[in-house]
Amino acid sequence: MSWLLVYPILIPVMTAVLCYLFRNTVAGRWISVAGTTALLLASLMLMSEVLDQGVLAAQMSNWDAPFGITLAADLLGGVMVVITAITGLATVIYSLSEIPERLERLGFHALLQTLLMGVCGAFLTGDLFNLYVWFEVMLISSFGLLVLGGTREQLDGGIKYVLLNLISTIMFLSGIGLLYGLTGTLNMADLHLAVRGVENTGLLTTIAVMFMVAFGVKAALFPLFFWLPASYHTPPVAVSAIFAGLLTKVGVYALIRMFTLVFDQDVGFTHTLLLWLAVVTMVTGVLGAAAMNDFRRILSFHIISQIGYMVLGLALYTPLGLMGAVFYLVHHIIVKANLFFVAGVAKRIAGSTDLARIGGLYAHAPLLAFLFLIPAFSLAGFPPLSGFWAKYVVVKAALDLEMWFVAGVSLAVGLLTIFSMTKIWGAAFWPAHPDGIKPRLSDLPVGDRVALMLPIVALAALTCIIGLFPEPFVQFAERAAGQLLDPTDYVTTVLGVQP
Amino acid sequence: MQSLILTTTTRLMAALLLMFSVYALLRGHNLPGGGFIGGLIGATAFILYTIATSVSEARAALRMDPSNLAMLGVGVAALGGMGAGFAGEPFFTGQWLFLFQDGDSYVPLSTVLVFDIGVYMAVFGGILTLVFALEQEI
Repeated sequence: MSWLLVYPILIPVMTAVLCYLFRNTVAGRWISVAGTTALLLASLMLMSEVLDQGVLAAQMSNWDAPFGITLAADLLGGVMVVITAITGLATVIYSLSEIPERLERLGFHALLQTLLMGVCGAFLTGDLFNLYVWFEVMLISSFGLLVLGGTREQLDGGIKYVLLNLISTIMFLSGIGLLYGLTGTLNMADLHLAVRGVENTGLLTTIAVMFMVAFGVKAALFPLFFWLPASYHTPPVAVSAIFAGLLTKVGVYALIRMFTLVFDQDVGFTHTLLLWLAVVTMVTGVLGAAAMNDFRRILSFHIISQIGYMVLGLALYTPLGLMGAVFYLVHHIIVKANLFFVAGVAKRIAGSTDLARIGGLYAHAPLLAFLFLIPAFSLAGFPPLSGFWAKYVVVKAALDLEMWFVAGVSLAVGLLTIFSMTKIWGAAFWPAHPDGIKPRLSDLPVGDRVALMLPIVALAALTCIIGLFPEPFVQFAERAAGQLLDPTDYVTTVLGVQP
Repeated sequence: MQSLILTTTTRLMAALLLMFSVYALLRGHNLPGGGFIGGLIGATAFILYTIATSVSEARAALRMDPSNLAMLGVGVAALGGMGAGFAGEPFFTGQWLFLFQDGDSYVPLSTVLVFDIGVYMAVFGGILTLVFALEQEI
């Protein structure tokens, strides 16, 4: 049983090795597709086991917790691994058409698989230092993907990205050191018990804020988000799509994990701080998006604003709020990656992502226009798409606590989201192309069309399914939130004893 | 600059360093040494050879792309961890086989060693990838 937890890490690493060795042949990319499919199957098996048995834990090398490295999956960890595999598979299929052979020969697929390994590892680990290691794996592979090809623009974005993320890493590592000095353990389940015996609560709150800053940079919280819009529009679209879908969400996941499992001592201070950070993040993100004139830059700023909603759900710290955060995480990964894919196809057939220089997509590529509207409306929170339920739950949680201002702001941000989506629609889809080009999907070779459109259609279908049949997903999120708020099951399974 | 002293010494030193790196790798489980250190020492042999001759000659002497070697090492290390699966134990649990047992003396073989060999290859290849790339720029 413990091997189910290892597969989501083991499969990508073996795939990366094979992809790299066969990078100069056609086999490389198909190994990547096969490996990611296997990852999806393995993650589904893990998920069904978690649904069946509750929290799963495995002790690497048979060293008992809290001394060895623990892998653990609760409902949140499980669903994040599944969604990682889905996004990964969509990206690999998309990149079959988008990524030129030159980048494949430099090891594109191996880097992508390493990134998936890092993300899965971060979602599954039950050890704080191990989490740091996975963050490093992610940082290095994502930096590689960001600068692969080495244009001046990419290096510029890449340096900003890596510099700010290194600051977060230093913060994270110092926090780990202090926490270890204070409690003598880094196993998350053990920490849950150990922090209860800490006398110096002031220091504990300080450490909590250090972690907040460290994960805040990763999650692109206000005011630490500058690296994101500076870098996400430079690499190939497949890369920005998977970054947009997964990377910031790992930060949010880490926030949720730490601030429910470990730092739940001084909720009045830490979670109120998170609340206001979330509100400001929402507003800054959406205002930044309104000021942009590039397809991918608008979408990048929207990531920031949506991160605000997720952190808001965590900050409210009620069952409903956390349920909203979990629902939002899953919904957002699907929708955001999809919007970037659409932007990529628009760039391919209309020639640019600069809104002033494209157009005519509605007249000549109505299918693409339709497939843009689904994730765009879902992002803005239109019923009956998945975004509606996600926003509804979060706002409802705020209203239940009688936080009128917070609820009002999040509704207003939703309205502004529609504004910038209309802006994209009004510039890229509605008017004729300024250069008189007719951007048709049918001009693309058949193979390219399939590879580009298949992920978009599949992810759009997923959004619709979640939106139209929300009941099982909502129930799932509710159970996941319950596990987060009462981690007894998690702690017992990891440590193997009753706390 | 070609130095006769350096090229002559390198022929001897490179062989010694490679041999010593394997020694460090094998004694690593219970004594100082292991895959990482061994890989570093082994890479030093080729770095010395690069300085004495040239990058292209060192590449030719290595016979395979160092980055391939590094990735292969990662794969071997992961395989070493998978060995535990055949015994039904968690990932990375060491599996031991004691050969030629005769009183107190035996030859211990383990999946830990396989892991160490993987690390050796990864470090060896990784360092040489960097050094060759840096040397070539100049």
